[in-house]
Amino acid sequence: MLGRLSLSAIPFDVPILVGTFAGVVIIGLAVLGLITYLGKWGYLWKEWFTSVDHKRLAVMYIVLALVALFRGFADAIMMRTQLALAYAGNPGYLPPHHYDQIFSAHGTIMIFFLAMAFMTGLFNFVVPLQIGARDVAFPFLNNLSFWMTAIAFILVNVSLFIGEFSQCGWLAYPPLSESQFSPGVGVDYYIWAIQLSGVGTLLTGVNFFVTIVKMRAPGMTWMKMPVFTWTAFCASILIMVSFPVLTVAVALLGLDRYFGMHFFTNDGGGNQMMYLNLIWAWGHPEVYILVIPAFGVFSEVVPAFSKKPLFGYGTMVYATCAIMVLSFLVWVHHFFTMGAGPDVNAFFGIATMVISIPTGVKLFNWMFTMYKGRIEYHACMYWVIGFMVTFTIGGMTGVMMAIPGADFVLHNSLFLIAHFHNVIIGGVYFGYIAGMNFWFPKVMGFKMNESWGIRAFWFWFVGFYFAFVPLYVVGFEGMTRRLNHYDNPAWYPWLLVAEVGAVLILLGIVCQLTQLYVTIRDRNLPQNRDVTGDPWNGRSLEWSTSSPPPIYNFAIVPHVHELDAFMHDKENGIDTRCAGGPYEAIHMPKNTAAGLLVGGFSLVFGFAAVWYIWWLAAIGLIGVIGTVIARSANKDIDYYIPADEVARIENEHSRKLMAQAAE
Amino acid sequence: MAHDTTVQTAGHDEHHHESPVVFGFWVYLMTDCIIFGSLFATFAVLRNQFNGGPSGHQLFEISGLAIETALLLISSITYGFGMIAAHKNEISKVIMWLGVTFLLGLGFVGLEVNEFANMIHEGAGPDRSAFLSAFFTLVATHGLHVTCGLIWIVTLIVQLMGTTAIPERMMNKLTCLSLFWHFLDIVWICVFTYVYLASMV
Amino acid sequence: MKNKLLARMARLGGLSSALLLAGCELDVLDPKGPVGEGVKSLILTSTIAMLIVVVPTIILSLYFAWHYRQSNTSAEYLPKWCHSNKIELIIWGVPTLIIIFLAVITYQTCHSLDPYKPLEAEANTKPLHVEVVALDWKWLFIYPEQGIATVNQLAIPVNTPIDFVITSDSVMNSFFIPRLGSMIYAMAGMQTQLHLLASEPGDYLGESANYSGRGFSDMKFRTLAVSGDEFNAWVEKVKSSSEQLDAQTYPKLAAPSEANPVEYFSHVETGMFDTIVAKYNNGMVMDKKTGQMLQMQSAMSDMNMKE
Repeated sequence: MLGRLSLSAIPFDVPILVGTFAGVVIIGLAVLGLITYLGKWGYLWKEWFTSVDHKRLAVMYIVLALVALFRGFADAIMMRTQLALAYAGNPGYLPPHHYDQIFSAHGTIMIFFLAMAFMTGLFNFVVPLQIGARDVAFPFLNNLSFWMTAIAFILVNVSLFIGEFSQCGWLAYPPLSESQFSPGVGVDYYIWAIQLSGVGTLLTGVNFFVTIVKMRAPGMTWMKMPVFTWTAFCASILIMVSFPVLTVAVALLGLDRYFGMHFFTNDGGGNQMMYLNLIWAWGHPEVYILVIPAFGVFSEVVPAFSKKPLFGYGTMVYATCAIMVLSFLVWVHHFFTMGAGPDVNAFFGIATMVISIPTGVKLFNWMFTMYKGRIEYHACMYWVIGFMVTFTIGGMTGVMMAIPGADFVLHNSLFLIAHFHNVIIGGVYFGYIAGMNFWFPKVMGFKMNESWGIRAFWFWFVGFYFAFVPLYVVGFEGMTRRLNHYDNPAWYPWLLVAEVGAVLILLGIVCQLTQLYVTIRDRNLPQNRDVTGDPWNGRSLEWSTSSPPPIYNFAIVPHVHELDAFMHDKENGIDTRCAGGPYEAIHMPKNTAAGLLVGGFSLVFGFAAVWYIWWLAAIGLIGVIGTVIARSANKDIDYYIPADEVARIENEHSRKLMAQAAE
Repeated sequence: MAHDTTVQTAGHDEHHHESPVVFGFWVYLMTDCIIFGSLFATFAVLRNQFNGGPSGHQLFEISGLAIETALLLISSITYGFGMIAAHKNEISKVIMWLGVTFLLGLGFVGLEVNEFANMIHEGAGPDRSAFLSAFFTLVATHGLHVTCGLIWIVTLIVQLMGTTAIPERMMNKLTCLSLFWHFLDIVWICVFTYVYLASMV
Repeated sequence: MKNKLLARMARLGGLSSALLLAGCELDVLDPKGPVGEGVKSLILTSTIAMLIVVVPTIILSLYFAWHYRQSNTSAEYLPKWCHSNKIELIIWGVPTLIIIFLAVITYQTCHSLDPYKPLEAEANTKPLHVEVVALDWKWLFIYPEQGIATVNQLAIPVNTPIDFVITSDSVMNSFFIPRLGSMIYAMAGMQTQLHLLASEPGDYLGESANYSGRGFSDMKFRTLAVSGDEFNAWVEKVKSSSEQLDAQTYPKLAAPSEANPVEYFSHVETGMFDTIVAKYNNGMVMDKKTGQMLQMQSAMSDMNMKE
């Protein structure tokens, strides 16, 4: 009846998990109670959960990403603490069974649910506004994508308390992840979490590709498109090309596990290296999926605060496209040590290094954007400059590892760990946080608190160096990744330093939370309100609407004349908004619960499949299909905002603008 | 269930008359194409890993395959007739041709399931060897797509019943399904030549 | 000419690394064999080449960020300036030149440091063959010429090229002795090769560099690099062990165990390594010299895939 599921699946014997579970239950009940007390359920349901508005979905994605950050960081600091303790005979406090789950979950969560969700949140918020569109091409699919990502994250967290998570690392290399060596449910949780979130991500890729191709404002030719939109476009293409490969790789692993097939098994003619090829044919482009949009953020933030146009727009676009193409030609550098011939290794090594050319060019472009500018030290700029220093070092160590000869001693060492955290924290995370600080007033209508933002930056920045420079060193000392305990006295002091770094990063996260709290607390102070919708004297179209933008974004779709369309209009006295109308009724999509239902049934299906509860899996699957069919038959999917209503909203905003100008 | 056409467009104003649905679906099909491409690559790697078990040469029968292929190719033509009728707004004919397409597709899936059942019965199931794992996965993925197409056809038939006109949204759905159905035909031709014929030579 | 340049850069690198890293001993950068030496000079050369771009980039970023701050009204401000062919040429050109340089040394070192390439030795030293099997969670070393085998201890004579052939009878691992240089994967049913040489006697850490499950952290071994005579004495010591390794005793050894102690086997069945490889390939194994597939006939081919 319950498949493999029994009471013994609940880890009562692990105090850390019982404590965490109790904490989650208490906080969860408190949040639910608070919502009930405030009577906000209807509001949440109507305005958020069922919303197809890209701006609302953006906020939900970023909230999801921040929750994932807490979970992923909790894993990280537990690992660092284990390694600061487990020296010379001390087993530490995490036995391998638990520790191995933690590092697997850390990687999975940070990539799929922090970085991907944050990125999708930024796409959702910025892209439609930057291209002058009223929403994405497929608003319902957008909502569905969010719920698929969210339920996949829930599934990963369910594994904390029911059963176990994968103990095979974040990419679950076979044959270790085959049922022969990992018979438990951990890998199955991993498989279904990846597959379900993969559906969401793939749909996001298609959605934004079509949105950017089809829905740009009139006059916005390709070379007048803002750089962030360019990077979202390139990342969408990378998603569309690489995520299907991930789906296949993980599906084949699932077939091996569920049906005893022989794709990657040791026996039966399976080929484990095929998995490595498939997973990295996704995995390498994935790195660029994450970092290219961060480059897009920098390309928006640096000009805004240097009060100058971006240096070398064309170069920036070509460099982005070059990185996109090259990212497909380098996957073998993740396993130079498999014993391929020297020519194969040389090809992939050199292809990898070539990527550093366009990437370096981008750095120089930001540098020369600052050159002869008037740089305003807003909190965003701290993250940008921190990025420029940190990412350069990460790029250098990346090229070192791209040389196969050097990789033969650095592969899988903590040097590698230091390298990719160097580019993912120093590149991706710093970029996304800069983006959050930058676009926050547009999303919410008030600015983020700066002093706490700057404090958060310093803790993150210094904490990063404390946490990861020691890992570069112990990498040179031959320490491999994923060790649970060790007895090498040379490593010990460095791992203590790394623990200090983790604590500093923790303080950085605390500062970020405080920043959010203070920001919301002080939202009504006049200096924090963004009345004009253009707090930074912005260059692209998103700054031409009110903050937060009306549901339809643009009452009258703007006409684009130049790159940096809004700046051009401001300088030439053109009213981008065409205030005063005449306004027409605006056609909008209706909210729908279908995405949430498909997500919910998918969660049921995934959980049931993990535990072999086949009747429940059937219910989940039928629920998904039924919801989709019902949605297809639903004719009540759109509505019109009357012209009067549009005029009322727009005139209200014009009135505020004039009052502001009069002050 | 990603190939759901129940999408709507927002913000299409005077400048964006054409709906992005069909284009979007076409883009989605390209990603599906990469799924099949990866499965073909997997098959190419494992095609000689028989693990002491039977090879394709011993397993495949050309006669059944010819019928399967014919059914699927003809179903593409009948779907085409359905689309012609849809453009003429002849709803009863559309339903009739969709019905014919459904039956042909059902026949294809039935034959395929039968072929699989026979192979498993002979001890040549997907767990026998890496070659058979790759074979079953590739062919069954195509079969699963056809099955989704069948469900989709039924859905559209039901939605068309009792209506008197084909609105834009329905036309988009029919066009997307048309793309999907022809796409599966092309994939099948690749499966047929690369998996079956090449294994029999 | 080019090599001279490389050598000079490597020396320069040696100096700066000594300055940078004074006081801490870095295994990988303090190698005890020619492979490790090659890797070290490669790492240092490439690092210096990249620092040519990296250092100015960091300094310039910080300088621009500081100099063009809002409060510094004496700095020039060009609110429209956003293009310069000269700068574009430099920012594409300089990194490209450095990458071309790195590409050349990458291509060269891919060949010179190819783990499959046998090492040159002084005349009259014959290479020693060692067959390595990664097990759950320990390393089995078979010395086919000596007819002995050990677990979690590898003894090698100094200044003698060691030809490793590596496989796994479980999941994927990576065979790595940081002080000696390169690593290579160990995979079931496959044979990878590695050539190393220890030029100084010593006791070097060996480990698995690819996570392999529960007992992974203790999957390490000592590498005893000793003189020829000491090596012969060590072989004799192993030969005096009462344990033997054959089709009967192997399954017990291959069963998962954590923190396995050192074990000596005075005798090992011939073809043991090939049999382990062959059981994942329907009894076939590739002959390393001819590249042909051979059928293994042995009592062990009937052994179950895995207990």
